[in-house]
Amino acid sequence: MEGFAGRAFRWTATGAGALILAVLAAVAVFLIIRAWPAMSARSGELSEKINWFPEGQSLLQFIGPLVWGTLLAAAIALIISMPLSVGIALFISHYAPRRLANTLGYVIDLLAAIPSVVYGLWGGLWLIPKLQPAWAWLADNFGWFPPFAGPASDPPRVILSVSLVLAVMILPIITAVCREVFLQAPVLHEEAALALGATRWEMVRMAVLPFGRPGIISAAMLGLGRALGETMAVLMILSPGALYSLALLKVGQQQTIAANIALQFPEADPLGVSTLIATGLALFVITLVVNMAARAIVARRKDFSGAN
Amino acid sequence: MTTLTPTPAGPPDLTPDSTADTRALLAGMDTRRRVTDKVMTGLVVASFVIALIPLISVSWTVLSNGLDRFNLNFLSVSMRGVFGGMDAGGIYHAIMGTLEITALAALISVPIGLLAAIYLVEYGRGALAHTVTFFVDVMTGIPSVVAGLFAYALFAVVFGPGVRFGVVGAVALSVLMIPVVVRSCEEMLRLVPNELREAALALGVPKWLTVVKVVLRTAIAGIGTGIMLAVARVIGETAPLLITVGVIDSINFNVFDGRMMTLPVYVYRQYSQGLVPCNDPAAICIPTINYDRAWAAALTLILIVMLLNLAARLLTRVFAPKTAR
Repeated sequence: MEGFAGRAFRWTATGAGALILAVLAAVAVFLIIRAWPAMSARSGELSEKINWFPEGQSLLQFIGPLVWGTLLAAAIALIISMPLSVGIALFISHYAPRRLANTLGYVIDLLAAIPSVVYGLWGGLWLIPKLQPAWAWLADNFGWFPPFAGPASDPPRVILSVSLVLAVMILPIITAVCREVFLQAPVLHEEAALALGATRWEMVRMAVLPFGRPGIISAAMLGLGRALGETMAVLMILSPGALYSLALLKVGQQQTIAANIALQFPEADPLGVSTLIATGLALFVITLVVNMAARAIVARRKDFSGAN
Repeated sequence: MTTLTPTPAGPPDLTPDSTADTRALLAGMDTRRRVTDKVMTGLVVASFVIALIPLISVSWTVLSNGLDRFNLNFLSVSMRGVFGGMDAGGIYHAIMGTLEITALAALISVPIGLLAAIYLVEYGRGALAHTVTFFVDVMTGIPSVVAGLFAYALFAVVFGPGVRFGVVGAVALSVLMIPVVVRSCEEMLRLVPNELREAALALGVPKWLTVVKVVLRTAIAGIGTGIMLAVARVIGETAPLLITVGVIDSINFNVFDGRMMTLPVYVYRQYSQGLVPCNDPAAICIPTINYDRAWAAALTLILIVMLLNLAARLLTRVFAPKTAR
C-alpha cells in the first residue's frame, strides 16, 4: 500500500527522470527555433547582413568547411590518442603492480580535471613555440605526403598543434573506458594463455584485446565526441581559415564549429547569432550520433558478455 | 604459437644431436617471441610515461608562471579602471562570479540529478528507465558550447536577443552537470546493500521513507563526493559562460541582471588581449601583464579544482568505514 506521500515521492522521482529527456529534447527544439531565421533566409541575405559571412555563399556552403575542420581536428586527435590510451590502459590493468593500479588511474584522471581553458593557455603560450622545430622537420622530411606539405608555419598555430592538445584532453576518457574493459577480461582465459606458455604480450593479444575490442571502439567514439565539441583549446591555438584543406602544417586553413561560435558570438548581431546557432545545431547532431553509436555499442556488450 | 613437427609414436629418439636441435628450435622461436614481448612491454610503459609529460608540463608552467602575480592583492581587487600595461588588477570579480554561477548550477542540477538517480535505482523499470539511462549517457557528450547556445536560446525567447546574465550561465552549466550527478549518485545508491532496504520494508516503513531515511542516509558520503566531482568538472567550463554571461571588468553580485565575469572566461579574456605595446618610458608598463594575469588566474582555477577533488576524496575516506558494510 502506498500512501499519498509515497505516491508523491515516486512521481517526483519519475518526473525528474522524464525531465532529463525533456531537457535533451528542449536543446534540439530551442536550437532549431533560434536557428530558423538563418536557415530560412533567402540567398544572399546572410552575407549582406553579417559582416563576417563570406560573400555569395549559402548557409550550407558556410557550414561545410567548418564541419570538415571539426572532423579533421577530432580525427587526428583520435589517431594520436588511441594507441597511447590503449597502452596506458594495458599498463594500468595488466602491467603495473596491482596495488599501484588505482593510484595510476587517478593520476591519468587528473588530466581530465584540468580545465580546457588552462590547456588552451598552456598550448598557446608554452607548447606552440616548442612545436615549431618538430613541424619544420616533419615538413622537410615528409613533405611529399600531402598533409605534411611545407613550408611549416611559424608560429605553428596549425591544426596539427590543436589536435595534439586535443589528444591530451581526450586521453583520460578513452583510457578510463579501455581500462574498465581490460579489467573485465576473463581471468581464466588469461591464465589459460599463460599456462600454454604464452608471453605476457601474447596473452594480452589473445585474451585481453579480442575481448576488449567493442569497448575500445566505443571508447574511441566517446573520445571522438569529446574532441568534436572541444572549444577553448582550438580557439586559443588555431589561426583559422575556411577551406576544405588537408594541410596540417599551415595556418589559416581550417576552423572548427565550436571555436567559430565562441569567436563570433560575443560580437554577433541577431541574424549572426542565428547563423551560429545553426552551426551549433550541426555540431549537436554530429556529436549526438557519435555518442549514441558509442553508447549503443557499450550497452550491447553488457547484454551479451558472458564473462561475468 | 609454437609449432613443433609431430614426433613419431614410440620411444623418442634422444640422441644428443636431436636434443640440441630441438633446443635450438625452441630457443630460436623464443628469442623472437621474447623480443616482441620485451618491446611491447617497453611501449606500454612508455605510453604511460608519455601521458605524464603533459600533466607535469601543465602543472609546472602554470605554477611557475602564475606564482609571480598570485597574491592577496590579486585575489581581492577587480579589473575596474585597469588599462594598458598597468601593474594592477585582479580576479575578485571573477572568483565571485564563478562561485555564484557554479553554486546556482549545483542548486539546479543536484535535486534533479539526485531524484532522477533515485528513480533509476529504486523505481525505474521498463522502457522509460532504459531510455533515461541511455540518454543520460548521451547527454554527457553534449558539447559545452552547445549547452551554452541552448541556454541562450531558451532565455532569448523570454528576454529577447542579446540576453546576458548569471542565471543563463547557470542553466547552461546545469545541462552539463545533471548527467554527471545522475551517474555518480546512481552508482552510490546501487552500492547500498539490499538487506538494508528489505529490513526497513519488513519493519513496515513505507518505501519512500526507506529511500529517504535509509538508502540516502547510507549513501550520503558517496553522493557528496559525486556532487563535488561534478562541480569540479563544470567549474572550469569556459565556452558556455563566454556565450551566456559575457565579460565585464567590474564586480557584479547580481546573477539576475547584467554580465558577470568568471574565472575561466577571465583567463581567456586576458590571453586574447595579448601583449601590451609599451611606448611611454615614464609610465610603469609591463608588456606581458595580460599573460601574467592569465597564468595567475589559471593557477587559482586549478587550485580550486584540485581542492574540490581533494575534498571529495577526503569525504569518501572519512565516511568510508561507516558505509563499507
